[in-house]
Amino acid sequence: MRRSSTRKTQPTSTTSSASSKAVVKELERVDQLFYSYANKSSGVIDPEGIESLCSDVGVDYTNVRILMLAWKMKAEKQGYFTLDEWRKGLKALKVDNVSKLKKALPDLEKEVRTPENFTDFYSFAFQYCLTEEKQKNIDIESCCELLNLVLRTKFCAQVDSFIEYLNYQCDYKVINMDQWMGFLRFCNEISFPDFTNYDEDLAWPLILDNFVEWIREKQAKT
Amino acid sequence: MSMVDKKVIDLDQGWDFMQKGITKLIKILEGLPEPQFNSEDYMMLYTTIYNMCTQKPPNDYSQQLYDKYKEAFQEYIRTSVRFKVCYVDLFVCFTIMILPCLREKHDEFLLIELVKRWANHKVMVRWLSRFFHYLDRYFIARRSLPALKDVGLTCFRDLVYQELNVKVKDAVIALIEQEREGEQIDRALLKNVLDIFVEIGMGQMDCYENDFETAMLKDTGAYYSRKASNWIEEDSCPDYMLKAEECLKREKDRVSHYLHFSSEQKLLERVQHELLTVYTQQLLEKEHSGCFALLRDDKVEDLSRMYRLFSKIPRGLDPVSGMFKQHVTADGTALVKQAEDAASNKKAEKRDMAGLHEQVFVKKVLELHDRKKLARRLLFDKSANDDHERSILTKLKQQCGGQFTSKMEGMVTDLTLARENQTHFEEYLNNNPHVNPGIDLTVTVLTTGFWPSYKSFDLNLPAEMVKCVEVFKEFYQTKTKHRKLTWIYSLGTCNVNGKFGAKNFELIVTTYQASLLLLFNTADRLSYSDIKGQLNLTDDDVIRLLHSLACAKYKILNKEPNTKTILPTDTFEFNAKFTDKMRRIKIPLPPVDEKKKVIEDVDKDRRYAIDASIVRIMKSRKVLGHQQLVMECVEQLSRMFKPDFKAIKKRIEDLITRDYLERDKENPNLYKYLA
Repeated sequence: MRRSSTRKTQPTSTTSSASSKAVVKELERVDQLFYSYANKSSGVIDPEGIESLCSDVGVDYTNVRILMLAWKMKAEKQGYFTLDEWRKGLKALKVDNVSKLKKALPDLEKEVRTPENFTDFYSFAFQYCLTEEKQKNIDIESCCELLNLVLRTKFCAQVDSFIEYLNYQCDYKVINMDQWMGFLRFCNEISFPDFTNYDEDLAWPLILDNFVEWIREKQAKT
Repeated sequence: MSMVDKKVIDLDQGWDFMQKGITKLIKILEGLPEPQFNSEDYMMLYTTIYNMCTQKPPNDYSQQLYDKYKEAFQEYIRTSVRFKVCYVDLFVCFTIMILPCLREKHDEFLLIELVKRWANHKVMVRWLSRFFHYLDRYFIARRSLPALKDVGLTCFRDLVYQELNVKVKDAVIALIEQEREGEQIDRALLKNVLDIFVEIGMGQMDCYENDFETAMLKDTGAYYSRKASNWIEEDSCPDYMLKAEECLKREKDRVSHYLHFSSEQKLLERVQHELLTVYTQQLLEKEHSGCFALLRDDKVEDLSRMYRLFSKIPRGLDPVSGMFKQHVTADGTALVKQAEDAASNKKAEKRDMAGLHEQVFVKKVLELHDRKKLARRLLFDKSANDDHERSILTKLKQQCGGQFTSKMEGMVTDLTLARENQTHFEEYLNNNPHVNPGIDLTVTVLTTGFWPSYKSFDLNLPAEMVKCVEVFKEFYQTKTKHRKLTWIYSLGTCNVNGKFGAKNFELIVTTYQASLLLLFNTADRLSYSDIKGQLNLTDDDVIRLLHSLACAKYKILNKEPNTKTILPTDTFEFNAKFTDKMRRIKIPLPPVDEKKKVIEDVDKDRRYAIDASIVRIMKSRKVLGHQQLVMECVEQLSRMFKPDFKAIKKRIEDLITRDYLERDKENPNLYKYLA
């Protein structure tokens, strides 16, 4: 009995030690991977590092998946990954080398595009573009690029139309978070392009009221 | 017969010769084939007269020739003109059937012919006067008889004008009425005809006035009275006013094209009377579009038109401002009650806030008392009454609350204090005669913050004024050490005495203009760059100043070259020849266009008001839905202005960005107050 118990415990201890060792190994590999891309002097992965990471992984650094990765990492500064962020992200993805990372990306995308996550990701995308301290808005051009990146696959017509409008109007030179989020809600809730359920007396951001008006005018002309 | 021989010329002989010349002239005028006069012919005719007048008595025929001259005219007129006129009537009868575009009014043909006759007549007069010039020079002057020219004109007047002027006047008035109805008429013809009325007066306007203008004005009055009685029933107030404005414009245009300029004032007054004065009450009180509705609906353009139109009528603005005042004093109780009703019934649900009927639009009154205008009145209008302003402010305070009127009250108080201050300043000068700058100086000290902000360009003051500034500064230091004085030269006025030749004139100008003028105390001529350099102002300002002094109504300075625009290459000279019938002249300096800025300021004020209202509401409610927030905001501001729904939305968004509010995570239509 005792032997079996000890025997029982022994394998357990070996497993746990094995697993903990495995964990440590994993962490080490993650860190090592980090340092392989990180800038030697600053200790963080900078844009150059990200670029080489991207080429290793086989995606363009402008690819939305990198943004999703940044989201997963809850990265704060665009173009940079800190060690903490890196660890967080890779741990959540359960990867510790480049090929695993590459394989994980499609699943990541699926995960991001779930309703529960997408709003968060969408808001993150905006936040991520606020590069200056105290910056609250992004300029129209960058906004259009971002919309293309994160939203076009899902809401192609709305995005194309809205981008056209943004470039046409002169009232706003920048877009703020409220307007940004408003647009997502708009895409989700409002039937396009008939807008039958759009009510401008509700709290839709003014820019969307104007957008709808503009489209309606265009539709009336054609 | 050679005139060189000093043979005595017999009257009949001589006159025969003259008659030939006259006949020749008449033929030429009638367009008959006749060679023109050459200088020899002319000389002979002149010499004949000369000789006949200078012959020794009893052969000096001056008087007879004078009489003959008169007769010649009368003859000509009698036979030719009237004949022609009758001929025209006949011609007209015959051509009724022939000319397809002939209309019933033949009067225009009468006018055309008349103009032609008159032109011919004037030529006749000119030529005959030349022939008989000798008479003109000696005989007539000595006997104080009317000049030959006048004789000629008088004949036309007595024979033609006297008989036809009524018919002509009717024809002209008929054409004017046609034009008023929208038809094209021959304006040049009318101008020529009316010139006859003027010229026939021979220096006086009585023919024009009595034989034409009076009837024209009467007809105009009747015409517009008819129109007005229709329009007032059919048209809304704004439409009526548009028509009135258009009519006035057209009548003014009429004057510039063919009426005599002296008719302008009387004509416009007549039109204004028929269109506006007579119907003022009805117009302003129109139920859905009158003064009151315009105020309610913010129809700035229409209200401006109203102001423009009625300001030209003496006391015309009284009924308008009466209505404004009526609604201000139809005071808060009615408003508050209705506002309360509306809030409790939640009547105002949609965009159409007309559910709140007779609202008092203090906004308009506010504009009347807006700070800029109030400032201008207080500073420049000597008739502005402190007590009156104060009483209006008190009423305003009751309506809008203290924070709105505190600044304006401050302004009125400043002025009272300024007057006291000035008395002390004068005492100070009396007690310290050595610092007296030698110029009468009145300073008004304004408290920044109460008054609208003023731009003032620092210019180089002339030495005399610099001394004034220094002296006042020293005095002010004795009163208070903690305040800084910033001089607003743009608001200053100067009375400058100018000696032009032997005459003295007092010029009332702005400080800038005075500084410029004083430069000419040390130099008679200055170039643009001299002036700019010495005053140290921008080009825009220098141009404005120079224009007001060299290219406007009063030319204090002569400009070289004498064009209407100021260029940096111009030179200016003191105009020693300047003169005017008044001794005291105000030379205005047109202001920089501030209209755009005023609109911006109003927008800014409104934005602040909306922000404040939203924050106030959210602070007390903590959480509120979008539509409710908008409603409450509109209600709160309704006493001041009617805010646009979009504007409110924009302000809400702005406040979200500034972290005053946030959207609820679950319900984007809900706002939460962020403490």
